[in-house]
Parts: sequence; structure tokens; C-alpha cells
Amino acid sequence: MSDFAASLLADLRRKARSAEADVARVFVPCDAAAVAVGADEVAEAIATEAMTRGIALDIIRTGSRGALFLEPMVEVETARGRVAYGPVGVADVAGLFDAGFLTGGDDPLRLGPPEKIPFIARQKRITFARCGIVDPRSSTDYTLTGGWQGFDRALAMGPAETIETITRSGLRGRGGAGFPAGIKWKTVADTAAPQKYIVCNADEGDSGTFADRMLMEGDPFALIEGMLIAGYAVGATRGYLYIRSEYPHAIATMTAALQSARNVGRLGRSVGGAGFSFDIELRVGAGAYVCGEETALLESIEGRRGQVRAKPPLPAHKGLFGAPTVINNVLTLAAVPWILKNGDGPYAALGTSRSRGTMPVQLGGNINRGGVFEAPFGMTLGELVLEIGGGTASGRRIRAVQVGGPLGAYFPPALFDTPFDYEAFAARDGLIGHGGIVVFDDTVDMAHQARFAFAFCAHESCGKCTPCRIGSVRGVETIDRLLAGDRPADRLALIQDLCETMKFGSLCALGGFTPYPVLSAIKHFPEDFLAETQKVRMR
Amino acid sequence: MIGAWRGGIVDSKDRGVTLLSEGTRADATSFDEAALGRILARHPARQAALLPILHDVVATFRYVPAEAVPLIATHINCTRAEVHGVVTFYEDFRERPPGRHVLRLCRAEACQAMGGDALALQAERLAGCPLGETRADGKLSLEAVFCLGLCAVAPSAMLDGKLYGRLDPATLKLMIGEVLT
Ligand SMILES: Cc1cc2nc3c(=O)[nH]c(=O)nc-3n(C[C@H](O)[C@H](O)[C@H](O)COP(=O)(O)O)c2cc1C
Ligand code: SF4
Ligand code: FES
Repeated sequence: MSDFAASLLADLRRKARSAEADVARVFVPCDAAAVAVGADEVAEAIATEAMTRGIALDIIRTGSRGALFLEPMVEVETARGRVAYGPVGVADVAGLFDAGFLTGGDDPLRLGPPEKIPFIARQKRITFARCGIVDPRSSTDYTLTGGWQGFDRALAMGPAETIETITRSGLRGRGGAGFPAGIKWKTVADTAAPQKYIVCNADEGDSGTFADRMLMEGDPFALIEGMLIAGYAVGATRGYLYIRSEYPHAIATMTAALQSARNVGRLGRSVGGAGFSFDIELRVGAGAYVCGEETALLESIEGRRGQVRAKPPLPAHKGLFGAPTVINNVLTLAAVPWILKNGDGPYAALGTSRSRGTMPVQLGGNINRGGVFEAPFGMTLGELVLEIGGGTASGRRIRAVQVGGPLGAYFPPALFDTPFDYEAFAARDGLIGHGGIVVFDDTVDMAHQARFAFAFCAHESCGKCTPCRIGSVRGVETIDRLLAGDRPADRLALIQDLCETMKFGSLCALGGFTPYPVLSAIKHFPEDFLAETQKVRMR
Repeated sequence: MIGAWRGGIVDSKDRGVTLLSEGTRADATSFDEAALGRILARHPARQAALLPILHDVVATFRYVPAEAVPLIATHINCTRAEVHGVVTFYEDFRERPPGRHVLRLCRAEACQAMGGDALALQAERLAGCPLGETRADGKLSLEAVFCLGLCAVAPSAMLDGKLYGRLDPATLKLMIGEVLT
């Protein structure tokens, strides 16, 4: 699909431009991670250098292909397809022109056809099929690469069959809990109400995760189409997209795409000529991790403190402004157009047991090859971290990986045979959450990481439940005493007790799952939970 | 949220800097009722507009002036206490103006794994104030942020809205040096 999309686009563009003089086309990502390592400066340097040399060229800002270790990765369009170069620094630009990179010339930075780069070639890109290829702000690009066909199929089959298709595909929520999307949609569809809502959770607060951000920056229309299909399926006419404020680039791209979708009649009244109206309002978070929890997010949209609501009622029955509401993660909704367009069968054919389809896994931290790697569920943790990720960036031994964000467990290399799927991780007292994997080398102190987990919980607690609000603060203090050598064995027992209390006495997963990183650190790395003085003696 | 956040897992005893008292803020935009009026006029008179209103207020004044709270409350027809409660809940709605420049350092796990703790200590030393504080001369605020979504190019930071990935001590020194001159 990626190759297909790219060649289709190139083809159409060539035809459209057949009358014009041949203008070289250069692709430079505008993804925030690429920008953070200099992509804007590289784009500018290429433009300046071309001007100096009297060369006419188009610079197209795309999303990222996801191989973030190669960013800034620059691509050029040649007669034989695209050729990639990277990582390109400003100082490399003149040399690239000398090497004739505009026609795919040889250079030490030449990576060859991007789709043949092993990190990219080994993926099964469904959600990220267009990311890094198309101009994310161009609704024309979206249409030319098969966009809106999922929605057209939904219109043709009707709301009930649309929901059935999603259910049969096996698509589960990618925000963390893994709840089946089709069942959630059906609940909302079956609840009669004059007004219903689709809320997209783009709060992506989990550290170590960035796939929502990359999707919004690289293929925003896919998310819009996903929300549109959800709205049509359940009978909602309004959507809210809640993006965290730490993502200014994603906010800018989504704002532009929403406007463009309205301009071409894909949002607004009578979408696509059908008698169905739908529009989306973008909301910006304000720096509260707990607002990623679905009911806190609804409170936030309603203009209140992000405090978690007790369930029931479920948001599907009484959600935003008391109306039935579908709330789904970005990746959940962005997978929907593909499933509608290609059918539930091909999607469900991927993955393992109850984890169907693909997961955009995010490799970060101390890793050699970090980025987004989309693959069917079922690869082992070791394959992902060692084969795909190439081990640590520091070159040292891996000591631990945290999977699933700040509330996810720490795994030692001994558990690298764990397949990446919801149930397999749960069976080993872990979770895949939103799919983030953060690698640590052997310089990490796991007692400090456990302390951080408590401290983070204390900082972000919404304050509603005592075990979370107070327990997390006690947790920090207790680890400090343990490390200070104040009856360490007793302290350790106390921490374990505290974790039990938090697990069972918390309303949401912030308090309830903070024990995952803490207990896993204790279980797999007990040697770190000693007085600092003793640890020094051991080393 | 509870407890003052003081730079993540770095203990205060390790910082090697003393707290500087809050000084005058050179660039603080003082409260201007007409400007607030223009903001309110752009938003519907309902509570659901509160976060967008507060974001606009911060974009205009760089913080939420205490004087703005009752006027916002009247506009959206809820109590001052309610607006105040929202302002204090969210990190972005500062109640005091920040420094002229704001450096946000990621203190979350992926960045910790790539030397983020040492960078945070270095930043505090160079800036002369701890994370979560503003220099006495108002030139720079240091803030801890928990993930900028740049975990594959860690460690990361944001200086006045510009993103930095693969941040190293030399670059950090340049960045802080530049804003302090
Ligand atoms: C503390 C906390 C933070 C959460 N943060 C997010 C988040 O940033 N993004 C997200 O999609 N889901 C997050 N969730 C999960 C949501 O509550 C909810 O399950 C999800 O949005 C449902 O969408 P899905 O079924 O498509 O995954 C969080 C949950 C908790 C308890
Ligand atoms: S567990 Fe913590 S964050 Fe969740 S509802 Fe309770 S106090 Fe709030
Ligand atoms: S953890 Fe620092 S950018 Fe994600």
C-alpha cells in the first residue's frame, strides 16, 4: 500500500505537470521529532542551495516514515522511485547537491529506496501507510491515495453493517485498555438520544509514546475520516478532538486539515453529498496527564478540573454533556478507514489470538534505532528491542525495558520472549498500553525508577481517591527511607502493601496501575532495593 | 494536583543551587481589561468554553492574571471558585508570569534513560534556578515537562516553543547562554 500510494501519487503528479518544465521534488519531514533534530533548517538549507545553484525544485514537507533514528531523512523523487538520504545535517546539504542527489546520486548518506530500508521494509504499515509519503495538509493527496473510500463504503453498507465490520475486524482500543471498538460503538448506537458525540483521545500523555502525534502530523485526514465513520455508524453529528498542549505541531496540522476537510465538503453539512452532517472541534489540553483518562477528558472539555468520574454510567450511555459518547484513541480511529475500505477479513487475518491487526509500536529511550514500527501483534519483545531497535544507543547492556508508558511494568531481558499482545503481557504482570517501549541500559537504578513512578502518580493524581493521592506520596517517602538505610526490609514490605492498597482502592488506572512499574522493579531487580550504602559495597 | 513538583527524581539536596526569590518580571504583560473583553467576546458564554478562554488568556498575558478570574466567571456564568479551581488544576494556566524565556526539559522515562537527569542538573546550574522556578532577574524559567513525544530522539527540550532532540550538554549550554545574554 505504501509503495502503491507513493507511485500512484508520483504518477498522477507527473501527468498533471507534463506541460511544465521538470522540477525536482524533494521531501523533508515536518514531523516534530524530525524538526527537533533540525529538519526545518535542512529544508531551508536545501532551498537556499538550490537558489544559489539556479536549480528549480519543490520542497514538500511530509510526515515521517517513522525511522526516527534516520531523521532528518530527505527523499527525492527519481524516475525509478524515491531515494532517501539521512540523517542529513545542514552541513551535508552542499555535498548532496555535488553528489547529484536530486537524481539519486551516490553519497555516504544515501540510504536507497526508503521502502527497502530494513526498519521500514519489515513493517506492515496499515495505520501509517501514508505517513512520510503524502503532504499531510493536502486533501488532494489524501484522495489520490485512497482516502475517503472507507467512508464511502460505510455509507453504502449503512450504520449497522459498519459497526459489524469493525466488530468482526477485532479492532481493540489502542489507548491502553484494549476494549473492543465495535462493542463500544454498538452500545452508543443502541442508546437512543437526540445528540451523541465522538470524542477522539489525542492526549497521549504516556511517556515513551508518540504514534498519535506522528499520525496527526503525517496523515491527519485518516483520523478525520475515522471520526466521520464513527459518527455515521453511531448517529453522532459532532466530534471533539482533544490534543495535549505539548504537541503544537500536531495541533497546527490538525487545525489545517480540519479546515481543508470543511472546504472540500468532507466535514460540515451533508458530508460527501450524503444526508449526514458531521463536524469536529479541536480542543487543546492544558498539561494534566490524568485528562487522558476518558471521563477526566470529558470533564476537561466541559470546562472543569480533570477529575475522574465514577462508572457507571459509562460514557457510552452518559458521556459528554450527558449524551452517549464514543471515546476512542487516535490509533483506534485512524485504523477504521482502512478496515472499511479493505474489509474486516484482511485486518482480522493479522495478529495473534485476541490481538488482531497491527500495532504501531514505539521504540524509544536508550535505543539504537528508535521510531514507530507498525507490525501485526505477536512479535516478541526481544525481536522488537534487539532486532528492530538494535539494542541500546549507549552500546551498553540492556538492563530493563518499560512497556506501556509510566504505568507499565519494567521487564528484564529474561522476559524478552514475551509476544507483543494484550493477553501475553497481562499474563506476565505487564501491559502493552499504548504501545511504547522504553529501553534502559545497565546504568539505570531501578529503585529510582520505582520512586519516579510514585512521584509521577503523586504529581498527576486528580485527588479523588486516598490511596492514589496519599499513597503515592507515602511511596516516595518510603523508598527514600529504604535507600537511606532506615530498616530497608520493613520498608520494602510496606511498599508492597501500599501497592496492594493502591491497586484495589483506586478509581482509575493512574492510582491502580502505578504499582506495575513499582512491583515489577522490585520483583525483577531486587538488588536495587537496598540501602544506598549497601549498593555501593556490592558494586 | 498535589505537592510542588521539583524536577522529577532529582532530590533537592543534589541540585547545588539555592532558591532565588521571585523578582520582577521584565516582560510580564500587565492585566488589560479591554484585551480580556476581546477574548471573552470570541467565546460562547458557557462553561465548556473555559479551557479555550484560559488558553487565549495565557497566549495574551503569558499567565492568568487574578483580575481576570471574576470577569471570566461572569462571562461563563459560574463561580469564581470554580474558575479558580480550574486554573490551579492545569499546569498550563500559570498564576504568575514566567520568565522572558521558558525552557522546558523533558523529565520522563525515555529522556531519563538518555541522560536527562544530568542535563536537568546542568540546566539548573547554568540557569541559576531549580526546575519549576524563574530566575530573580526574570530572564528565564525552567520547567519540567513529562514527555514531548520525542522519546526516540531523547533527551528532549523545548525552548520558547522550539523543539530540541538528541540534546547534549554542549547544546544546552549554548541555548541557556544565548537567552541569558
Ligand atoms: C491516567 C490515564 C491516562 C490515560 N491516558 C490516555 C491517553 O493519553 N490517550 C488515550 O487514548 N487513552 C488514555 N487512557 C485510556 C482512556 O481512559 C480510554 O480507555 C481510551 O481513551 C479509550 O479509547 P480506546 O478504546 O480507543 O483505547 C488513559 C487512562 C488513564 C487511566
Ligand atoms: S486513582 Fe488517582 S487519578 Fe484516578 S481517580 Fe483516583 S485519585 Fe484520581
Ligand atoms: S520521554 Fe522525553 S520526550 Fe518522551
